[in-house]
Amino acid sequence: MSTWGQLNLIDAASPLQSEMFLFHDHAIVLLLGIFSLVAILGVKLTFNKFTSHTMLEAQSLETIWTIIPALLLLWLALPSLRLLYLLDEQSNSGIVLKSTGHQWYWSYEIPFTQSLSFDSYMVPESDLNHGDFRLLEVDNRATVPFQMETSVITTSADVLHAWTLPSMGVKMDAVPGRLNSMSMFVEKPGVYYGQCSEICGANHSFMPIVVEAVSLKDFVNYLEGAE
Amino acid sequence: MSAVEKNAEYEELKKKIWCPPFDARFPNQNQTRNCWQNYVDYFRCQKIKGEDYAPCEYFKKVYTHLCPGFWVEQWDDQRENGVFPGKI
Ligand SMILES: [Cu+2]
Repeated sequence: MSTWGQLNLIDAASPLQSEMFLFHDHAIVLLLGIFSLVAILGVKLTFNKFTSHTMLEAQSLETIWTIIPALLLLWLALPSLRLLYLLDEQSNSGIVLKSTGHQWYWSYEIPFTQSLSFDSYMVPESDLNHGDFRLLEVDNRATVPFQMETSVITTSADVLHAWTLPSMGVKMDAVPGRLNSMSMFVEKPGVYYGQCSEICGANHSFMPIVVEAVSLKDFVNYLEGAE
Repeated sequence: MSAVEKNAEYEELKKKIWCPPFDARFPNQNQTRNCWQNYVDYFRCQKIKGEDYAPCEYFKKVYTHLCPGFWVEQWDDQRENGVFPGKI
């Protein structure tokens, strides 16, 4: 999860988020280059004593400063497109986690021999244990196995919500009447936090998302125990 | 536990879980139609082949994995009342 004073993105726990982190760095390299160049040129131009009243055109210069930015834009666009299509990839194996947004809580369904379904409400501040995270803890966590594809299928029962897990690179609108699916591959065991990311009414800030990633063995035991 | 045993156990566990395979008709993020089509196909299959025809159960497996529970409940009610919009 994110903490105060954090400068970088959240730690990646899925290949997709790692890819996004790399793309972020890739874009920052370009930005730093452009900012430095513009700053240097700005200072140079301000203090430059050379002026020319007779210079009306500079064809080769124009050509160069058209082509170079075009190439730079391509340099930015191609990895961006690659990432876009990677995000769209549908998972093919593993498990399904259905999440439904409500005003104002999430409910989950995990299909197994029977479907396990439960609601996930935020723990109010007065009920928090020592060390719990305020506005992030829920009573029932969604459980998924790690090192395995999870297909997250989101929808909503009332208004728009968005199911978000920053460390997995997952942010998916929950739209009433529509199923949006996104593939999530959790690399390591842990508890991951997210918050509803589509303004959905008065308690929009109080419907967090918590995913607990456990081993496949514990996951199957958990589902079998719940039946 | 040896690595071989662990691997065997893992494979055993993997058999217990399931996820609908990729369907080329629905390659996108939007899986609404995938859920709907499998729901309709299941009851259509039962109507044509009879209720005991085992291969129909595949459609049911897919739609129970994709569709939210409250959609299925609504559609079941609609079928009972004869107002289901799909062609079964
Ligand atoms: Cu919401």
